[in-house]
Amino acid sequence: MIEATSTAAQPRAARPALEQGRLTWSGLALTVYAVLIYLFLYLPIAILALFSFTRDQFGVRWTGFTLDWYLRLFANQRLMGATLNTLYVALVSTFVATVLGTLLAMALERHRFRGRTTVDTLIHLPIVIPEIVMAVALLAFSALVFDLIRLLTDEIVRRSLTTVIIGHIAFSVSFVVVVVRTSLKNFDRRLEEAAADLGANGWNVFWRVTFPLILPGVIGGALLAFTLSLDDFIISLFLSGPGTSLLPVEVYNKVRRAVTPEINAISTLMLVLSITLVVLSQSVQRRQ
Amino acid sequence: MALNALEHERRRRERRTLAVLLTPGLLWLMLFFAFPLVIILVYSFMTNGPRGNIVWQFTPGNYIDLFTRSIYVNAYLRSIWISILTTVICLLLGYPLALFIVRQPPRWRTVLLFLVLIPFWTNFLVRIYAWQILLANNGLINSFLSALGLPPLKLLNTEWATLLGLVYGELPFMVLPIYAALDRFDFTLMEAAADLGASKRRAFWRVMLPITMPGVAAGSVLVFIPTIGQFVVSELLGGAKVDYLGNLIQRLFLRSNPPNWPLGSAMAMAMMLVLIVLILIYFRATSEEDR
Repeated sequence: MIEATSTAAQPRAARPALEQGRLTWSGLALTVYAVLIYLFLYLPIAILALFSFTRDQFGVRWTGFTLDWYLRLFANQRLMGATLNTLYVALVSTFVATVLGTLLAMALERHRFRGRTTVDTLIHLPIVIPEIVMAVALLAFSALVFDLIRLLTDEIVRRSLTTVIIGHIAFSVSFVVVVVRTSLKNFDRRLEEAAADLGANGWNVFWRVTFPLILPGVIGGALLAFTLSLDDFIISLFLSGPGTSLLPVEVYNKVRRAVTPEINAISTLMLVLSITLVVLSQSVQRRQ
Repeated sequence: MALNALEHERRRRERRTLAVLLTPGLLWLMLFFAFPLVIILVYSFMTNGPRGNIVWQFTPGNYIDLFTRSIYVNAYLRSIWISILTTVICLLLGYPLALFIVRQPPRWRTVLLFLVLIPFWTNFLVRIYAWQILLANNGLINSFLSALGLPPLKLLNTEWATLLGLVYGELPFMVLPIYAALDRFDFTLMEAAADLGASKRRAFWRVMLPITMPGVAAGSVLVFIPTIGQFVVSELLGGAKVDYLGNLIQRLFLRSNPPNWPLGSAMAMAMMLVLIVLILIYFRATSEEDR
């Protein structure tokens, strides 16, 4: 009996070391492996950032430090215009997607109704459908609508920033719903009941109690939608018109030709912006 | 009677609230998501006119072309094949990483997971472009090789580069769901298996992997979906030497003269078909509560 307990205790004594993933050969191998994977993830972007400061005109080797490429970037009217377009599209689509997504999240999380599963599926579809399918579908749809407008009013309508915004909203609504629902799940509904008992009407309960409490989730969803819109390339490529340039599309057109330090510079700025937004959205959501 | 009226009023109000919450978002998704998909479904059965206009005449010809002409069949099979390869490699690379993160102290776990999350939310195009710098003929890897006195390698514009770019781009999608599954996994089960005489390897295959399977399935679906429609990676790193479905769709819609939207729509539908099959398998593989 005593022997049995002592042998059973042995692996238990060894457990902390095992769980820490250290001190054992397999743990060490796993650590080395993880370091290599993190290097794999970060080395390319680190080098991209580094080479935005190189003097080398091909931007693929280190020949000395310069800020020229950044200065050229800010003097490039076309790129600056594209940047403004991209920010405008992101701001408008984020606002609409956040409003629509928050309303949908409230409906799905708070109400039981017929067809709820169908609505739930429809909302999740944009996440699981390849973006290129969504892009061609929206392109075909807009062409059809434009033809119809021309037939009815003789007015010629073309793809523009508006068509891009519509596309961005269509996919980011789903992501907003997912994020806002999480914060509604952790919500204590007794707070709303208490407010109602104290005489607040539905409108007041929402604005004074519910909304402030789910605000971190709403902001998290909005930042996510914003990042998605800034980064989106495929829908922007298919839905932007000939005269309206967007940053990722400009970058794509340049990158297809060759590597240049100017592109390294704009890419670095895009990376810095995305990373800032991710860090921001994480810290907002963590505060919940 | 009064109570009944009150209840009635409450229900009426409830319905009105629900309508206000649901209508705007649902209308948007029906109009700008579901309806456009129906349009390309219809287009896929239409005839392409000589100037790239759509002739409203039913034909199954686009699908017949897609499944008989070698250029399209090859693109279809090649897309499925590279997506499977990417998914498997991401799984082999991602599972150990998720396992490593889960075994760290909680404070470190958040940081390490966050480090995986950052590339996940940074511009895909930029991340793929970063590899051009490394793989270019006069790029960093080749400079390194020549410094060692080795001959340069042709790295950029190969299918290997496409595969590399895809794995690099999609790896975070695999790590996150597997991490979530491992986080819920009870590691004392591994000790129980060891106590019962199972080797580490056997305990992994018979206990840990089956229990964390939903995470593996979710990660695989999340990696497979974007890779099946990709065209950016093969254009930037693969030199667009061989065609995948995504490249053909993009060309048929945007670049060819005349364009061929019906055929492009049929290809988009064929891509959805692969995904529907995949998602059905996923639903079979995981039970309701695991999702």
